[in-house]
Amino acid sequence: MDSDKRRFLRFMGISTGLVIGSGFLGGLSSALRLGTKLGGSALAAQGAVSGSLISSPSALKAGRWAMAIDLRKFKTNDDYRRCIDACDEIHNIPDIPTGQEIKWVWEEPYENAFPEQQNHYLEKGLKDKPILLMCNQCEYPPCVRVCPTGATFKRRDGIVMMDYHRCIGCRYCMAACPYGSRSFNFQDPRPFIKHICPDYPTRTKGVVEKCDFCAERLDKGLLPACVEASNGAMVFGDLDDPNSDIRKLLSKSFSIRRKPELGTQPSIFYIL
Amino acid sequence: MIEKAFYGSKKYWAWIVFLFILLGTCFHFYLIQFSEGLTITGMSRNVSWGLYIAQFTYLVGVAASAVMLVIPYYLHHYKAFSRMMILGEFMAIAAVTMCMLFIFVDLGQPMRVMNVLLYPQLHSVMFWDMTVLGGYLVLNLLIGFTTLEAERKAAPPPGWVKPLIYLSVLWAISIHTVTAFLYAGLPGRPYWMSAIMAARFLAGAFCSGPAILLLLVFLAQRFVKYRVGEESIKALAKIVAYAMSANVFFLLLEVFTAFYSRIPDEMNPFKYLFAGLDGHTALRVRAVLRPGLGIASLAILIPPQSRNNTKLLTVALIALVVSTWIDKGFSLIAAGFVPNPFGRITEYLPTFPEIMIALGVYTVGLLILTVLWKVAISVKEKTAA
Ligand code: SF4
Ligand code: SF4
Repeated sequence: MDSDKRRFLRFMGISTGLVIGSGFLGGLSSALRLGTKLGGSALAAQGAVSGSLISSPSALKAGRWAMAIDLRKFKTNDDYRRCIDACDEIHNIPDIPTGQEIKWVWEEPYENAFPEQQNHYLEKGLKDKPILLMCNQCEYPPCVRVCPTGATFKRRDGIVMMDYHRCIGCRYCMAACPYGSRSFNFQDPRPFIKHICPDYPTRTKGVVEKCDFCAERLDKGLLPACVEASNGAMVFGDLDDPNSDIRKLLSKSFSIRRKPELGTQPSIFYIL
Repeated sequence: MIEKAFYGSKKYWAWIVFLFILLGTCFHFYLIQFSEGLTITGMSRNVSWGLYIAQFTYLVGVAASAVMLVIPYYLHHYKAFSRMMILGEFMAIAAVTMCMLFIFVDLGQPMRVMNVLLYPQLHSVMFWDMTVLGGYLVLNLLIGFTTLEAERKAAPPPGWVKPLIYLSVLWAISIHTVTAFLYAGLPGRPYWMSAIMAARFLAGAFCSGPAILLLLVFLAQRFVKYRVGEESIKALAKIVAYAMSANVFFLLLEVFTAFYSRIPDEMNPFKYLFAGLDGHTALRVRAVLRPGLGIASLAILIPPQSRNNTKLLTVALIALVVSTWIDKGFSLIAAGFVPNPFGRITEYLPTFPEIMIALGVYTVGLLILTVLWKVAISVKEKTAA
């Protein structure tokens, strides 16, 4: 019997007793919290918590981080690959060849990325044009709303984050995300990582993950890896600052977002 | 009282031993899942919930359906249910336990399940679902054992159970409503996002639950002298007929909205289930079976002549259980993920280990049910003698 199994059997023994006891305690503590939570604002209901815990003087800060992807500047296959590879490498994204794959940023043809924009007579080349997709860092994230443990939460600067140590792997957030942005570690991802990058944690089996706008790089004063690799085709910045590059770009270009009708207010803008 | 479970015929013990062997076999598959992860299932990035969550959903309905006995018996003093009542309550206990186990086996990190209680998130429907399920289990244990104990002593049940019984009626409705809310409030899953989901769930529960109860009663009556009484069977069959009619009606409402509006997002899951979509037809056979069986069961259940014929009734109930199971215990979850947010289709079929793990949970349920019914029937037979 391997150690996993033994650990499990021991756990089952202890927890049978605990489950019953803590069921009552949990109910009690949640009843107590109900008072404070209901008093809290809608922010609390969205699960917003304070900004990054560790922040160095050089850390980049914002009221609400967002990204504009200038589709006009994505021409060759390499334009896409550079961005995707940059992310995959630094975040230890495993290369799993099945439907149980993990992806943070990937491409889909225009008609799949924007299925609601059905149009038989689309401009030539647009229908199949690959579009970079990733978590939208929604202002009103359904994934955060449904998570039963707070393992996925929204920071004050708008980034929707994951706590890999708290996630129980219920995958409710995957059902709730209308953008298919989340991946689940159906198995231990480590054997599928080509080169492990020591600067970012590898994940364990049984937890959900997704793009986090390179929160760890922002803390060091660096831009997200895909933005850095994009040669200016992606612009990252603070939506709350009217003088930021992203606001300037959005004010003079036509942009669209994925499924705006759902009211999630995505923070990723696509410039056509 | 519980000691009654330890005295039984050879057949009883053979059955118990059989269940334990089956459980051991299935548990072996769970241990594999525990060390390898959910990769051993047929689930994927696109269809991230499957057989387990579907069973959970179906069984919440079975648990809630105990109110179909509680309301007539306690609220309308319909005495014919007196010999069936406890069996229904104990079946609910087995069902809720299975619900909890199905959530547990579905978790990627089962050792962290306590995080739901350690960091309660009041905005999460799943938190509420776990809370109401736990509460329902406690309520049914309290009510079931107290009333049975009172009966054993030939005394009226203590006064404090009455309010609990009334509470349990609301509570039963709430467990299935909250379970429907798990799905009905998600943007971007059109098959689930329907205001009638909770009503449909309840109607489905109120026919499938009593149907399963009746079938189990028929089975049990082959082995024990205890009889629940003709009248109670007829009454419950009538309830099943009404609830199934409502269930089918609600489903047709969904179909109308989807196909008259002709909104692709609304139509696609139905098309996928009943005709296949873009050449993907894995679920079609099952889905086509479901209306066929549903209609057949109604055809028998609605005319009193056939409904009151035990043989025909048994056939109808089996057809009904299979049909509602295909609907809620399988297609509901898979079709919710089809097509995915990119308009693509990923098919889902459970794997062998996944089926074995689900079977294991059902075995636990059967064990609990056997033991509880053994106790209940022994007490009842004693007091009747
Ligand atoms: S895109 Fe999906 S995962 Fe990302 S914040 Fe929005 S709902 Fe959550
Ligand atoms: S899988 Fe993890 S992050 Fe997602 S809802 Fe469950 S606990 Fe939260």
